[in-house]
Amino acid sequence: MFLIHCPYCGEREQSEFKAGGEAHIVRPKQPTELSDDQWAEYLFMRKNIKGVQFERWVHTHGCRKWFNMVRDTSNDEIKAIYKMGEKPPTK
Amino acid sequence: MKNKYSIISLIKNSFSYHENWQKAWSDPEPKKVYDVIIVGGGGHGLATAYYLAKKHNIKNIAVIEKGWIGGGNTGRNTTIIRSNYLWDASAGLYDHALKIWEKLSQELNYNVMFSQRGVMNLAHNLQDVRDLKRRTHANRLNGIDAVYLNPEQVKKFCPIINTSSDIRYPVLGGTLQRRAGTARHDAVAWGYARGADEMGVDIIQNCEVKGIKRNGDSVEGVETTKGFIKTKKIGVVAAGHSSVIANMAGLKLPLESKPLQALVSEPVKPIIDTVVMSNAVHAYVSQSDKGELVIGAGTDDYVSYSQKGSHDIVEGTLNAILELYPIFSRMRMLRQWGGIVDICPDASPIVSKTPIKGLYFNCGWGTGGFKATPGSGDLFAHTIANDEPHKLNAAFNLNRFVSGDLVDEHGAAAVAH
Repeated sequence: MFLIHCPYCGEREQSEFKAGGEAHIVRPKQPTELSDDQWAEYLFMRKNIKGVQFERWVHTHGCRKWFNMVRDTSNDEIKAIYKMGEKPPTK
Repeated sequence: MKNKYSIISLIKNSFSYHENWQKAWSDPEPKKVYDVIIVGGGGHGLATAYYLAKKHNIKNIAVIEKGWIGGGNTGRNTTIIRSNYLWDASAGLYDHALKIWEKLSQELNYNVMFSQRGVMNLAHNLQDVRDLKRRTHANRLNGIDAVYLNPEQVKKFCPIINTSSDIRYPVLGGTLQRRAGTARHDAVAWGYARGADEMGVDIIQNCEVKGIKRNGDSVEGVETTKGFIKTKKIGVVAAGHSSVIANMAGLKLPLESKPLQALVSEPVKPIIDTVVMSNAVHAYVSQSDKGELVIGAGTDDYVSYSQKGSHDIVEGTLNAILELYPIFSRMRMLRQWGGIVDICPDASPIVSKTPIKGLYFNCGWGTGGFKATPGSGDLFAHTIANDEPHKLNAAFNLNRFVSGDLVDEHGAAAVAH
């Protein structure tokens, strides 16, 4: 269990949130022209990084808004949180 | 040659106060070249090495383990073994394993304490009832023993379950696979290690893989903390860390690694002589031979390699356990831990070749890999030795995520995923 600072509500317990997986996976612009390999890459293949990873989270039992998180998956330390549409931090 | 374990060897060794037992496996330094390198010394990896040596006559094998053998998920699971899966492909895979379990102690001359005490799955709502009935029929068509039980029969089979109709998740029925049960998890790793070592397999512990060397589309060897080791075939059986190894080879897998928690109670006298699983409330329970209740919880929904999990997951599981088994209300829990499980989008494993020649992956077992250990090792050994899958693991190829031919056991396998 860890605490998450929701960009809209402030610090809350992690159990109020749901993880939405890897962030910044771009939806295909021309879905009809995608090959099976490209579909597989978009739908299923994940970096699943041990270390610093960019993720989407949603405050399910709160404001129900989505946001992005940079988190170290090896020790669950949260490095940064930023709103949807904002540029990910470079450091 | 290993000395045979028997009642006679036990008596003989008692005269020397059990201080002169032969080492079960040696602790060699890695050679420069191997025919096959298995990355990961858990049950699946050691079983793979064992069957490669035994059935495919490949003797120059190394198993490389970053910690100690059986120290990862092999030693962290709740030891449940069953094969009552819905789909034909899964039924074939898991029942293949169950059939090997039934003779494993004799084959390995090592007591894996396989106990066919039965596994009962509970239904708590109308959809559960329908799903479990459907699965019972599917199992029987595949030659897997399964019976459907009404609430009275559930109560008779496991009297401590609260079957009253006024609880939050009432018991509406259940299924029972009598051939299912549990085994001693450490013994499985140790038994396979001893058997593999006897056939000349090098089991190299405290040796972490740092990189996979490729030459174009084929593998050349592994970089480890004990230096570079050359090989033409690498079988990766790294469970939660499969993606980490895959990334070293420039490969992406459809996996997410998540914490799965379990806990054990203080030891008590025999109270539950079977395994009871409850999908809807995310709780399952059995009793170890030491008398501890072994309780399995669910996974967290975020990626983590921390081998910890969230407190609320455990709390939810224990709430359900207490409602179903009011008799446990004053039990104290001794230990709680997490293991990192690699979960596929279709909740089925990958036992497969990859686009890189000589690189094989056995992963994606998610929350239920222990039960498959012997079958997984056998089929993965076949895949590595022949560079082709066995017909029982053909469906569990990596390419299914491209073709769309998924083995969708999510929610269908009667297990808390």
